[in-house]
Amino acid sequence: MEALGLLLHGFAVLLTWKTLVLMMVGLVLGIFVGVLPGLGGPNGVAILLPLTFTMDPTSAIVMLSCIYWGALFGGAITSILFNIPGEAWSVATTFDGYPMAQQGRAAEALTAAFTSSFIGSLVAVLLITFLAPMISSFALKFGPPEFFAVYLLTFCSFVGLGREAKHKTVISMSLGLLLAGVGMDTVSGNLRMTFGSAELLRGINFLVAVIGLFGISEILLTMEERLALRGHAASISLRVVLGVWKDLPKYWVTLLRSSFIGCWLGITPGGAIAASFMGYNLAKRFSKDSESFGKGRIEGVFAPETAAHASGTSALLPMLALGIPGSGTAAILLGGLMVWGLNPGPLLFVEHKDFVWGLIASMYLGNVVGLVLVLTTVPIFASILRVPFAAVAPMIVVSCAIGAYAIQNAMFDIWLMLGFGVVGYVFKKIGIPLAPFTLALVLGNRAEDAFRLSMIGSGGKLGVFWSNGLVGSITTLAIVLLFWPVIDSVLGRVGLTQRTRTTSP
Amino acid sequence: MKAAIALAAALCGTPAFAGWEPTKPVEIVVAAGAGGASDQMARMMQAAIQKNNLMKQPMVVSLKGGASGAEALMYMKSSEGDPNKVLIAYSLIYMLPLSAKIPFNWRELTPVSVIALDQFVLWDNSAGPKTVKEFIDAAKAASSPFKMGGTGSKREDHVLTVFLEQKTGAKFSYLPYKSGGEAATQLVGNHTEANVNNPSENLEVWRAGQVRPLCVFDKERISYTSKVTDTQSWADIPTCKEQGVDVQYLMLRAMFLPGKVTAEQQAFYVELFHKVTQTTEYKDYMEKQALKPIFLTGKDMVQFLEEDDAINKSLMTEAGFVAK
Repeated sequence: MEALGLLLHGFAVLLTWKTLVLMMVGLVLGIFVGVLPGLGGPNGVAILLPLTFTMDPTSAIVMLSCIYWGALFGGAITSILFNIPGEAWSVATTFDGYPMAQQGRAAEALTAAFTSSFIGSLVAVLLITFLAPMISSFALKFGPPEFFAVYLLTFCSFVGLGREAKHKTVISMSLGLLLAGVGMDTVSGNLRMTFGSAELLRGINFLVAVIGLFGISEILLTMEERLALRGHAASISLRVVLGVWKDLPKYWVTLLRSSFIGCWLGITPGGAIAASFMGYNLAKRFSKDSESFGKGRIEGVFAPETAAHASGTSALLPMLALGIPGSGTAAILLGGLMVWGLNPGPLLFVEHKDFVWGLIASMYLGNVVGLVLVLTTVPIFASILRVPFAAVAPMIVVSCAIGAYAIQNAMFDIWLMLGFGVVGYVFKKIGIPLAPFTLALVLGNRAEDAFRLSMIGSGGKLGVFWSNGLVGSITTLAIVLLFWPVIDSVLGRVGLTQRTRTTSP
Repeated sequence: MKAAIALAAALCGTPAFAGWEPTKPVEIVVAAGAGGASDQMARMMQAAIQKNNLMKQPMVVSLKGGASGAEALMYMKSSEGDPNKVLIAYSLIYMLPLSAKIPFNWRELTPVSVIALDQFVLWDNSAGPKTVKEFIDAAKAASSPFKMGGTGSKREDHVLTVFLEQKTGAKFSYLPYKSGGEAATQLVGNHTEANVNNPSENLEVWRAGQVRPLCVFDKERISYTSKVTDTQSWADIPTCKEQGVDVQYLMLRAMFLPGKVTAEQQAFYVELFHKVTQTTEYKDYMEKQALKPIFLTGKDMVQFLEEDDAINKSLMTEAGFVAK
């Protein structure tokens, strides 16, 4: 067990007072950054990067990665309490997390979110510890057709497994794809749908849309229906936490499935968002009681959070081993590594053992310390719900606006955010689901690029999506999921559904 | 009058002259995504300035890579008169206005200095052909065109691919990825047959023995002779011309201020970046990333830019990338 020895060495590097203090500071900063919508992990890390230039690389990366863990934990807080996802992958957490908060089970939902984040990260770190070399070579198998197949799988699982009317899901997704096309088209190098406006050159930023669609529209709805936040003073105590933990084993299948999905998608760049949605949809699909999802089911919090964090953590692996960042934050950490004179790549694991294993050890420690830290602060966050709406609402709107502005330092984005707030309000009124829209907005560009690159490479032959075992099985799975309702009813008629359900994990 | 003195002082290189100084944090604008060559360079300068106390105000890196970098250009254009923003520019300042009809002209900005020139190298997978000749023969013999990875469409990498086709008669399918890093890993994973990355973008996979440099697109070899891999240094890579393929391209890395800043403000930054090029951080970086050192400012810089602009324009026109 060479890995174990190296890991212990990593802990030895790490266990100094200085590093531990930096770790705590990083986590606390990260949680604050995560709570502010739009500010999020990437911005937090970017702002604090220069502070670390004078530190040695190991201390610096420990502090920065702890800001990252903190932001991951913190992102769940606003999703659950206010229906405002702090990060792209927190969107799926709002589906059941927010209803739970409205039912007065905020503390339970927060505990569930933090705990499952912890579990997801832990599984991913274990994976990194023991399988790092193997996984890097798996990531290399992904060319344009494989990437497209993964995106297709995400889109199809949404249409096939979603609870909403299929045509509404498709409408919402198509609108999202349309807006994703705004800006520069990287394959042809031409501008699309910018109508000569310099502001539209950038395209429509996903986070700006999310803050508007979820946050602002929620405020509008609340103002119309009742001038109060629906959460009640939840009874928060160690009992709630222990209660959630006691129920954990019941959901081991969901947790395991989400961890697996998360790790798998995390090492293929850009997978964290897809992972959270897919984790949620599959949990719902395989649940005996899928009707209750979206109405405040704790499993609906476990599933996306575990997947998102497993993938957020495993996204660091391709960054270290291949130099390709799997997420925005990973990209900024990558910039940091270069400043400290470390070049991410296949040789990093060989030439800078202290650094790599120190970082991996910090993932273990950072997550444990982070979990304790957030759990002890749950009462403080949950008590926000007791503040009168009239006082909280303006604060939420202001922090949304700051968040939207901070992403690209553009005033135009604040107007865009308000516009999306109205769109979100209308969508909610006429029953068009928001999630497929946001999913299409964030993955649309990448899916399109991957598709077109595959077509250029294959000379226009669709057969490329079945050209090897890996891409072929993903594509086939995607199509099965798309037509799942049809397949399900056919199987049901033949009397197989019951068996399918019981044998599936 | 004051401005004229400041400029004169700067041109004579009198560092003791204390003129204008930034009064708030200086934003260094990167026209590319995180982790790319421009971002790395910006962070190197940020660190060099901070560690050597070259400026009282802190410097922050601001990534404006949207729309293939057009976001950064428009941002600089709209910041007229603001001396707290400095752009780290590369050849996109000539190319984007031509290919995508972006309403931008570098002459509207204030040139500060050219700080480096970047090379391009033809790379293939280490399991692929060993010389340029073998590579071209294999590309011609292949049943479907060889896939050439690159960054962006109708840009440096794409132009080089078109000229490689013209000079050799081989056909390539050009795949525009989002970044040089991605183009590098796609080559290692055998999803493409070759790429024309900058040295820095392929450095690590080269050191790991996963890719092979075939030739460098310059009229002379790279000057750095210390070993990068176990057996080779940058200077060991032949030029493409030596190998019978006469294609050359160098990319500028230059600093610009927004338009309509005062001569005093311009002089401050000329001095600042001149100091940066004297630091060990800069020198180490240049060698590690195999960049060509250069420092041009004032009239020399403008003349260089005009010539470079003309070269790029003719290449773009010949490749058929100019939007109508």
